[in-house]
Amino acid sequence: MTTTASRATMPAGTRRRRPFNARRAGAWALLVLAIAVSVLPFLWVLRTALSTNNALASSAASLLPAEFTFGAFKRVFGLQSPAEAVAEGGSGAAIDFWLYLRNSIIFSSITTAGAVFFSAMAAYAFARLRWKGRNAVFSLFLGTMLVPPIFTALPNFLLIKNLDLLNTMLGMVLPYVFMTPFAIFFLRQFFLNMSREVEEAAMLDGAKHLRIFFQIVLPNAAAPIATLALLTFIGQWNEYFWPLLVGSQDDVRVLQVGLGVFKSQSPQGAPDWSGLMAATLISALPVLILFAAFGKKIVNSIGFSGIK
Amino acid sequence: MTTLAKHPGSAPPAAASPKPQGSYRRFGDLRIALLFIAPALIGFVFFYVVPTIRGIYLSFTEYNILGDPEWIGLDNYTAIAKDPLFWNSLAVTGQYVFLNILLQTALALGLALLMHQVAKSTIIRGALLLPYLMSNVIAALLWFWMLDYQIGVVNQFIEWSGLPRIAFFGSEEWAIPTQALINTWRHMGYTALLIFAGLQAIPGHVYEVAKLDGASAFQTFRKITIPLLRPVLVLVLVVTVIGSFQVFDTVAVTTAGGPVNATRVIQYYIYQRAFTESDFGYGSAIAVILFLILALVAFIQMKFLKGNESDLD
Repeated sequence: MTTTASRATMPAGTRRRRPFNARRAGAWALLVLAIAVSVLPFLWVLRTALSTNNALASSAASLLPAEFTFGAFKRVFGLQSPAEAVAEGGSGAAIDFWLYLRNSIIFSSITTAGAVFFSAMAAYAFARLRWKGRNAVFSLFLGTMLVPPIFTALPNFLLIKNLDLLNTMLGMVLPYVFMTPFAIFFLRQFFLNMSREVEEAAMLDGAKHLRIFFQIVLPNAAAPIATLALLTFIGQWNEYFWPLLVGSQDDVRVLQVGLGVFKSQSPQGAPDWSGLMAATLISALPVLILFAAFGKKIVNSIGFSGIK
Repeated sequence: MTTLAKHPGSAPPAAASPKPQGSYRRFGDLRIALLFIAPALIGFVFFYVVPTIRGIYLSFTEYNILGDPEWIGLDNYTAIAKDPLFWNSLAVTGQYVFLNILLQTALALGLALLMHQVAKSTIIRGALLLPYLMSNVIAALLWFWMLDYQIGVVNQFIEWSGLPRIAFFGSEEWAIPTQALINTWRHMGYTALLIFAGLQAIPGHVYEVAKLDGASAFQTFRKITIPLLRPVLVLVLVVTVIGSFQVFDTVAVTTAGGPVNATRVIQYYIYQRAFTESDFGYGSAIAVILFLILALVAFIQMKFLKGNESDLD
């Protein structure tokens, strides 16, 4: 959509003929400023994570790491002894981001796989099967997008507690793993636009819906499913509130919750800034890697959900 | 959807499979459809429908988790009406929402126009989108460090330029604007991309005509761009307002409601009442009120700004 639209504006081409001018230069300058504000903080985080706490205080604004060290990363991964950690400005409390990293990967992967797969099944039923009440049920599903998460979080917490699943991975993934309204909405759009002919040919062959779904619909929708999985994974990775309520104990604690705990462990007088920034960077890294690999897919998906 | 159902080819392949024909006629694909939506239906019922009903029920009870919920009618609501902390949370959240609308929408609109004028590359859009992909917790901690009173880099710059340092998180007057700034930083690029997509959808000939009519750049912007962008702008507004009303993560990891009550936003207050003070009935009642506020906001914005209509047709 974007490409055709930009091509459509081309004939207007007034800006092409116009030579370099001050307004254009000003526009570029503002754009560069906005990009700097968006990106530079991450470099500052990296620079801080590679510094020692003592040096940070004295050279607060030097652009390079102050007293370059990997100590902060070691501390965050629990590789420093408490004494060493305290000497470098840490709190000395046990912290193991390997564990949180593992928990985050498990939590995000299970919920993404489940939500995308089950939502794809439901989207197939909403888009390709004919049954009474289909549109009404779909509207109800969509309506759940309007309910604020905090509202369902309280009763869901009670449910998980009653099931005795607090501080278990199962309890953490349950509310997400069956579907997300957005995933159903997103995939339904693609299934609706799929050509019917292949499906009918398969039906004449006597193939049943399950086979059609797995052998025709899913492979044909591989691209949108990949985009959806990417967006869902990032969303789940960044989830904080629900894991905070249900997974507060160490063995199921995810990175986002771990970060909050680590921050609050920092003594009020002199926080362990380099450790905190190292931990922040570790928490951001998987998303940064995904973004480096699939940035275009992610960028191009923006605007889908909203407008059409 | 309707067209698809009426598609001539979509009639059951009667000739090929005579046996299930009868059931197909009566039920359509109902049985197979139930199989396909079964997992999603479980999630829908147990984690959306039932909790919604239970949440409303709990708001009429006194419930501290240990015993059974005890029906107390409207007592929670009358207590809330007299609760200064609730009104404070509403005021503080309102301030946060207002700042977000102002900053985020204005900056995003400006950015989108800039992108539309000088650069449409994916790399630039990607760079602007980066903060949005980070979690709230990461955004909060990153700025908690950069805005630190003692050795944060921003305060270093402020001091160098001869101004007094600002206690971004530590002072009551700055606490909420700071939270709004963090949120604006995280969402600015995303919102700009949404608006940018809307700008790209405006056909070029519309501008061509305006140009021929001798319209100035500002006139074109006011009379053509803004009206044609209205559906996107309304959507952005709705998303911004509804999202900002539910601010929690950044507050929880930085100021935890303080200093004093300066950042005790609605969701943080609900969290405290329900989970710190084990008062689930009271917490649920505030959640119901938040739900109603959000529904009202969405309704008003859709109704009066006519978000679902475009002037393009």
